[in-house]
Amino acid sequence: MKNHLLSINDLTKEDVLSIISTAAELEKITEGPTKKLPTLRGRTIVNLFFEDSTRTRISFETAAKRLSADVINFSAKGSSVSKGESLKDTAQTLQAMGADAVVIRHGSSGAAQRLADSGWISATVINAGDGTHEHPTQALLDAFTIAKRFPERKADFTGLRIAIVGDILHSRVARSNVLLLTKLGAQVTLVAPPTLLPVGVESWPVRISYELDSELEQFDVVMMLRIQLERMTNFYFPNEREYSRRYGLNEDRLLRMKKEAIVMHPGPMNRGLEISAASADSSRSVIVDQVGNGVLTRMAVLYLLLGGATLGEVS
Amino acid sequence: MSAVLETADIDRALKRISHEIIERNQGLTSVVLLGIPTRGAFLAQRIADILKELGSQVPVGTLDITLHRDDLRLRPPRPLLPTLLPVGGIEGKDVVLVDDVLFSGRTIRAALDALGELGRPKTVQLAVLVDRGHRELPIRADYVGKNLPTSSKESVKVSLLEIDNVDRVEILGER
Amino acid sequence: MSKISTNDVYTLKGVSLADGTVLNIVISGSTIASLGSESDGEIIDCTGLMALPGFVDLHTHLREPGKEDSETVLTGSRAAVVGGYTAISAMANTSPVADTAGVVEQVFRLGKEAGLCEVFPIGAVTVGLLGERLSEIGAMAESAAAVRVFSDDGKCVSDPLVMRRALEYVKSFGGIIAQHAQDPRLTENSQMNEGEVSSRLGLAGWPAVAEEAIIARDILLADHVKSRLHICHLTTRGGVELVRWAKSQGINVTAEVTPHHLLLTDELVESYDPIYKVNPPLRTQADVLALREGLADGTIDIVATDHAPHPTEDKECEWSAAAFGMLGLETALSVVVKTMVETGAITWSKLVEVMSINPAKIGGYDRQGKPLQVGGPANIVVVNPTAEWIVDRGHMASKSRNTPFHGMTLPTKVLHTIFEGVFVLKDAELTGAKHE
Repeated sequence: MKNHLLSINDLTKEDVLSIISTAAELEKITEGPTKKLPTLRGRTIVNLFFEDSTRTRISFETAAKRLSADVINFSAKGSSVSKGESLKDTAQTLQAMGADAVVIRHGSSGAAQRLADSGWISATVINAGDGTHEHPTQALLDAFTIAKRFPERKADFTGLRIAIVGDILHSRVARSNVLLLTKLGAQVTLVAPPTLLPVGVESWPVRISYELDSELEQFDVVMMLRIQLERMTNFYFPNEREYSRRYGLNEDRLLRMKKEAIVMHPGPMNRGLEISAASADSSRSVIVDQVGNGVLTRMAVLYLLLGGATLGEVS
Repeated sequence: MSAVLETADIDRALKRISHEIIERNQGLTSVVLLGIPTRGAFLAQRIADILKELGSQVPVGTLDITLHRDDLRLRPPRPLLPTLLPVGGIEGKDVVLVDDVLFSGRTIRAALDALGELGRPKTVQLAVLVDRGHRELPIRADYVGKNLPTSSKESVKVSLLEIDNVDRVEILGER
Repeated sequence: MSKISTNDVYTLKGVSLADGTVLNIVISGSTIASLGSESDGEIIDCTGLMALPGFVDLHTHLREPGKEDSETVLTGSRAAVVGGYTAISAMANTSPVADTAGVVEQVFRLGKEAGLCEVFPIGAVTVGLLGERLSEIGAMAESAAAVRVFSDDGKCVSDPLVMRRALEYVKSFGGIIAQHAQDPRLTENSQMNEGEVSSRLGLAGWPAVAEEAIIARDILLADHVKSRLHICHLTTRGGVELVRWAKSQGINVTAEVTPHHLLLTDELVESYDPIYKVNPPLRTQADVLALREGLADGTIDIVATDHAPHPTEDKECEWSAAAFGMLGLETALSVVVKTMVETGAITWSKLVEVMSINPAKIGGYDRQGKPLQVGGPANIVVVNPTAEWIVDRGHMASKSRNTPFHGMTLPTKVLHTIFEGVFVLKDAELTGAKHE
């Protein structure tokens, strides 16, 4: 594995399968009473969050602590700090603190790569979400969740039909998932109003549909994305009601899905907008599992990046 | 290089170990075999098969020790191997760890830590096919297939039918 | 480093002109005294070198007044002469904005004090560049700076009525409006060209149509009111086609292209390195090829650098926080040679047209852009056409470092720049001399 995780493109298919099998092993091991492993003892992991995100931060924190790493939480809502200084100066502070890994969430696409390429720090950089670009560990935990739900496939998604529904244009979860799911052989369909699909999406290895209804019955996995209400002021869709009517996963649609099909959502959900409460809570929903799988997946990523000799350490 | 044990030797050693396990644990009702992957796991399965022929059904599983190793930082991250506890678990049981070679003792130290994460056995015993000396920690085996004095510059290579297509133990390197 | 004053006479010996003719050029004071076989005064050996009319930039950001940390009129002039320019045009988006006679006269005076090249201030079209009301265009035209080119560059004059009035108004003194074509509604918070690359990188797109729609509108406006229109930094294939159509209809429109848009594409943004962040953005290879074709066939009249210095901290951060703009003066000639001359698209004579003659004509700069001839002004650049050099951002004359060509090996080196007969650059080093 490369020594940073900035994008799904940093992972080969073997790397992905390795992460999934490691997460599965970790799940078995941590079923026991103590849940803690000594593997990353002595390593310092910094959560560098420029954007609020309690859930992702707690997930990474839990993962790091279960491997006995020291965790430092740095929450820099840097909008008041002048641009540029926040990223560079913060990074240099972390270097001085001896961070082995920096988990960064930032509002600007490419921020994780800037940090990794800058030469300001020697730590491993893990992208926890950069603007609308990527969120690799989310895609990994989604893939792990799907692999667990279809165990007979042994993480081979060839022929698996997956729909990603919602604001593709602004979604880093969608971008990472498209890269990852197609890497594993799945057939991915993006479902969205034309205003929420990026110009250039025709070059992606996916199918496009403007309608949720016409295809629903064929999907094995339906992944719903959160709709941000601020989008309405930029004319992406007329109002919530119309969006929900045309693209929401309501009960009618849920019932039309295949029996074994599953419903996913990266959270947080707008219950009643892109997904009805009943759909979110139904037996087809694996949304709660995604959270637990998130900790395991992030433990696997931290172990595989930091558990052995890192770049620069003597072997 | 010289072959120290061949198929017949290995079979005999495992049979003897199996009898010793029966002797030392009156009745095998609380014994659980846990093999350390990769080859320890195959050996544990063979011992379980022998015990079954002798009339006792003993639960057998595997215990991966990778995450508890003390030498992780010396090499790039290693893939995890399977940990499969048998039905009934290890709580309050007499666990017999099975490995192919006992050397510095660090693998077994890691195995004891890994075991500790999973529960609290009543006792932990150790069965090894080969003890080659040069302990770095106060660890000893309860059941030994063969004592093999070696120099620390040599290495011991264990091949098993299940994965290497042949049963053999060899000593490699200068004396 | 011999100091050569304007009273000296000297000869550029054995130098070739753009058409290949090898001769001696004798310079006396600020005039070309002879072109031929005579020599006089100090002899400067120019074997293997080429003498061209000094380059003229119609689009330069000198940042003074207001952002002197990135550049001043003096440092910008130095960068200009290193690049072989004997005239530059200072865009109005300074602080305060150059929308009054006072500010343009200040810039004009600073250029004279620097004495390294001619500095022509450009006046803002609208007050404060806000696009709401016309600035004192007449006052600026009548000032000591004698402004003829007006532009809100940095911003677009997006209100069609304001643009119409501006085009009409400058007719009274033969002025020209230079439009930065960018529909603000279609480019709110845009970061890079909208296309395949932006879809993958998750950066908000700056669609080609936002540029082309304004170009189309302004071409028709210029035709309707019979005025002169200049399109700044053309970057799209569609834009080239629109200008080509306009010229075929006899509409009085001129257009410029930057060196960086002749070479670089949006794929470079994949590194998220803000050195490639510029407005208008880098586009696709198809656009690059259309721009080269347009420059070669005369659709695009000139090369203009859009030299845009920025301090390090504005380029060392995450993409969305970074400033838009690239340096251009010191690398312009080399990039044009690399993309246009070495590819056979244009000859050296044509290069002289697009980098010197045409810009001077459009701006009305009468001591610039003249073919080298006896009695003409001694505004000359001498280059080594075959030399190669490596761009080093640590060794630029500009105060700033934001060149996208750092580390690249480029063809053609500027050796001597002569401004009004004064060697302001000799053997690629600033001499410290200036024109009084």
